[in-house]
Amino acid sequence: MSMPQVFFAYFAVTMVTLSVLVVTRRNPVHSVLWMLILFVHIAGLYLFLNAEFLAAVQIIIYAGAILVLFLFVIMLLNLRKEETEKRFQKQWPFSVVAGIVFAIFLVLIVKNIAVLAPLGPYTAETMKSEGHMMTVGTVLYTEFLLPFEIASLVLLVAIIGAVVLAKKRIE
Amino acid sequence: MKTANYLVEITMLMPELTMMFMALILLLLDLVVKKKEVLAGVGISGILVAIYGTYKLFVFTEPQSAFADMFVLDGYSNFFKLIFYFNIILTMLISLKYMSIEKASFGEYYALLLFSTTGMMIMASASDLITLYLGLELMALSTYILAGLLRKQPRSNEAALKYFFLGAFSSAFLLYGISLTYGLTGTTNLKGIAAALQTLNILESPVVFLGLIFLIAAFAFKVALAPFHMWAPDVYEGAPTSVTAFMSVGPKAAGFAVMGRVLFEAFGGMHLQWNSILIPLAIITMAVGSISALAQTNIKRMLAYSSIAHAGYMLLGVIAGTPGGLASMVNYLMIYMFMNIGAFAIVIMLRREGFQGENLDDYTGLAKSHPLASALMLIFMFSLTGIPPTAGFIGKFYVFMEAINAGYTYLAVIAVVFSVISAFFYLRVVMNMYMKDPKEEVTLTTTSSLNLALAITTVMVILIGVFPSFLLNLVRTSILG
Repeated sequence: MSMPQVFFAYFAVTMVTLSVLVVTRRNPVHSVLWMLILFVHIAGLYLFLNAEFLAAVQIIIYAGAILVLFLFVIMLLNLRKEETEKRFQKQWPFSVVAGIVFAIFLVLIVKNIAVLAPLGPYTAETMKSEGHMMTVGTVLYTEFLLPFEIASLVLLVAIIGAVVLAKKRIE
Repeated sequence: MKTANYLVEITMLMPELTMMFMALILLLLDLVVKKKEVLAGVGISGILVAIYGTYKLFVFTEPQSAFADMFVLDGYSNFFKLIFYFNIILTMLISLKYMSIEKASFGEYYALLLFSTTGMMIMASASDLITLYLGLELMALSTYILAGLLRKQPRSNEAALKYFFLGAFSSAFLLYGISLTYGLTGTTNLKGIAAALQTLNILESPVVFLGLIFLIAAFAFKVALAPFHMWAPDVYEGAPTSVTAFMSVGPKAAGFAVMGRVLFEAFGGMHLQWNSILIPLAIITMAVGSISALAQTNIKRMLAYSSIAHAGYMLLGVIAGTPGGLASMVNYLMIYMFMNIGAFAIVIMLRREGFQGENLDDYTGLAKSHPLASALMLIFMFSLTGIPPTAGFIGKFYVFMEAINAGYTYLAVIAVVFSVISAFFYLRVVMNMYMKDPKEEVTLTTTSSLNLALAITTVMVILIGVFPSFLLNLVRTSILG
């Protein structure tokens, strides 16, 4: 096994293990902390793909902002009750079996990929010469301008929704 | 890097922009205007402006693409936008009094309807999987909130939560499908995917097929095809009735719009493969919808199952795989919109302070006390069954004809059989109204706006049923060119 393969294997195995830990912990705070490590690993994988900007964004937004929000919400919940209850419902063995069958199915199919897609214009060399943020910014404001603006609309609706559902006074 | 002429390209988006600005204006107006009728009126006038924009954009006979091929303007998308406009106008008309009875007459309600419709319009015009996904999220997010607007009612909360969780799940499917397709073809553009599939010669690849399965599963969730329909009855029952009317047509039509476009434009060469998924889905959907509806006692649940069954019939148009089939599906959606919102308008009429009016028993003997409302309900029920001379018959007839032309006679036969089964539960409502004596006095809540909505839907259902040529010509010219 070459060095990159070892690197990738470590990340892949750890990420799957961490994901399993996140969903199986009874204490939500533990789940969130495992998720924090998971996010750091995802950022590592981005670095491995020459995407430093994405790696930084992953840490800042997911580990920084979203996880803190999670912790806030957990603090508002009644944790004592959550901890005494069973983590899964009765049908969990079936879900595990279905998941494993699906994973085997995926492995079999993905092994079948014979043709690789043509490489895009953003190779590691062009990224190096132009810089990551510049490339991402240029693409975001030219080619992906419309989706970028629609995304802002989606966020606006989310804010309105939060206000309507949580704050509106009911007579 | 080439700089696009955004000023020209932005005119293609005028209808969407009008809807978005209208939503923002309504949010601000809500602070100063206390009468919700004014908000609805302003909203409707804004939609009329958007309709005018779409009408003006009809001048382009060739499909126009804008914003680096992210957005396309063609007859197909324009016709879908027409369905969305009618859908939101009729919904606004039927919801005025109803929302104040439910004590949820917020200004944001109208703004969210507009945002949701903007999302649907973006979906109908999306020529790239990224735009499609964002349009879908915009539509879905607004609809989740609308479903949970009645905060005091546990069933409304349940509806919103259920819709949100399962919707997020289906978004994951969609993204999985998009990422697999992108990984194999190197593009998210629909035309680009079709070209890459050809040049790389991977039409037979099981990985492409897997991506396609994921995409179809996500779309099937949005249009409530069995076995992805589990959310529909609960959400339709729990959501405010006017929102149920809105989302039994809007998201379904938008889902069919993207399904038709993605399958025909990107995966056109894989017709046999996607049919091997869609044909079983269609049969299961028609069976589940028609048979489960028989057991319902709540009219909103019954109409939910009926809408599942109708999605099955519409799917025949996609399965046919011809432009004619697509046209018949679009035509069916237009007709379904009128008859379904009409039926929901009657359901809303029965709701009054302290009386839900959602049980089938509440319709017992309605014809004695309210002959006109009963007659209208009779027309809508006949139309949903597909009895001539109502519009429902034209819709079904056209879809079945296209399915037979494409060589799927057995599917058309199955669909007819299930239509006959569905007649049982539609006509049970009619029988309840006409053949039984009233148990208790039912008073109807009528307002002029509700009457207007009923007048529009009734006239359209009968007009299309008797003179279908004007709608069929419009559909054919928009889609077949």
